[in-house]
Amino acid sequence: MARIFAYIAHKGGVPDDTAVELVAAAKKIDQAASPTAVALGWGADLDALCATLRASYAEVWKIAHETFAYPNAELIRKALVKVVPPGSIVLVPHEHFGIDLAPGLSIKLNAAFVSDVVAIDGVEGNDLKVVRQEFGGQVSAHVRCHIAAGAVVTVRPGAFKPLEGAAVNGNVADKSAEVGVLAAGRRYLETVVAEAGDVDITKFNVLVSIGRGIQEKDNVGIAQELADALGAAVSCSRPVVDAKWMEKSRQVGSSGKTVKPKVYLACGISGAFQHLAGIKGSPFLIAINKNPKAPIFQVADVGIVDDILEFLPELTNKVREMRRVA
Amino acid sequence: MEILVCARRVPDTSENEIELNSTGNDIERDELVYSINEPDNYAVEEALQITAKVGGQVTVVTVGGEDDEEILRREMAMGANQGVLISDDAFQGSDGKGIATILKGFAQKGNYDLILTGVQAEDGGAQVGGMLAAMLDYPFASLVNSIEVLDGKKLKVGREIAGGNREMNEIDLPCVLSIQTGINEPRYVGMRGIRAVASVPIPTPSASELGIDPATVGSSAAKVKRVDYFVPALGKGAEMLRGSREENVEKVLELVAAKGGLK
Repeated sequence: MARIFAYIAHKGGVPDDTAVELVAAAKKIDQAASPTAVALGWGADLDALCATLRASYAEVWKIAHETFAYPNAELIRKALVKVVPPGSIVLVPHEHFGIDLAPGLSIKLNAAFVSDVVAIDGVEGNDLKVVRQEFGGQVSAHVRCHIAAGAVVTVRPGAFKPLEGAAVNGNVADKSAEVGVLAAGRRYLETVVAEAGDVDITKFNVLVSIGRGIQEKDNVGIAQELADALGAAVSCSRPVVDAKWMEKSRQVGSSGKTVKPKVYLACGISGAFQHLAGIKGSPFLIAINKNPKAPIFQVADVGIVDDILEFLPELTNKVREMRRVA
Repeated sequence: MEILVCARRVPDTSENEIELNSTGNDIERDELVYSINEPDNYAVEEALQITAKVGGQVTVVTVGGEDDEEILRREMAMGANQGVLISDDAFQGSDGKGIATILKGFAQKGNYDLILTGVQAEDGGAQVGGMLAAMLDYPFASLVNSIEVLDGKKLKVGREIAGGNREMNEIDLPCVLSIQTGINEPRYVGMRGIRAVASVPIPTPSASELGIDPATVGSSAAKVKRVDYFVPALGKGAEMLRGSREENVEKVLELVAAKGGLK
């Protein structure tokens, strides 16, 4: 069985949640696998990171380089190509850095590439059997990936539950000397922090959240009227921001805000995982969507198949009516 | 600036409910509405905005068959100078690496300063742009949501990272960028615009014309193969309210009040 490596995403010396999820993913490839963590970084942060990783990995490869103080995919790719043996399986979290790194890494390692894996069904012969989602999660696909020459696999954050068990007290091996001189055609400048926006959607108990089903900018008012009546705020999914119907500060999801309301009314939202990743704290999720097959109905508590452009105004009227009576 | 945009025609998820076919091995493709992959359309718009500022030409390329010509005409109607359909039976069944290999063959026949792809296709893996960059040894940035031309040799690009933050980078030309949706507002294309380009010839280079070894593309070279599609049972699923609209409205109001409280 090929050796398995896990690329560790981290910040400020703290491993990302995916660090332990990749151990679980490796065990799905091969129950007997003991994956090696590859931690690239610099300074005291890297030392702290490696110390933490020893609890979940038997082997931690530490690669220190001044340029890794902020991760640059091209430099990190070049370092990995020097240290990872041919034929290995490299697991990488499927997030903004992994998307930068992994496809090019697979080319330089001459390895197969399969991305955004949500489940692994083990290995049969030379084929790794995985599950991916397509079309925004409306359907899933069984995919076979030929791993005889190795593979780079990106793994969806949150898809693999961390294993329970005692700390393994692993060994840290310093591989920094093997990396050599690195140069890249891309240089990090700065991070521009998201604007706060007019309404802080993270502060509301009830969110009326709209998706593509709102259809046009003029219809956003329908959701706003309901939110006003309920004392809630209007949030949205990515297509609404892409279309410039609402500000980016209203977007819930992995590339937007993380919210923890008590009630989340998903209106005309299909339920792509990037959107669901922004909803935390298990709110009561009510989904209203015209499409009975929308993935949102799989995760909602209550679902209604209806046109939000007709349903929401009636709900608004009902709230107002109730308030008049009260 | 000479810009190449790599685009794909895909089933349009905003127009279709994607379902399994009766045998369950593929999605139901009868009566599917296809369109250009959404991020690819943003990439073309971005290319047009760049050339409007600094001059140059925009070429849109796709790998496929004659059905795929329609997206090239659409993007030419938007303003792209040329559409190219790379087509060869040898390309059937290519995986992401195969597609990147084909695009590399085409890119090397030209002299492009900038190559754009969409960040991901509806049924794809956010892979072709990064692979193509590595094959060409060009710098790469994914999830790009802003581009500023600094001079003839460099760009300043923003990348979408977690939490709505933007990572700013300087990147040397030539390079490959994968474009995220929302980077711009793609212009509207009307029927008249599409008619105006209906008879513009679209070159259809083959594997041999591009110097592509057929053994490196197509299903025989593909290491990654989709076996079938299925619809997973995730969790227990929602309790579906099947009453009249009025009953559903009342129930929802009751639930919101009970679970979240009304202010």
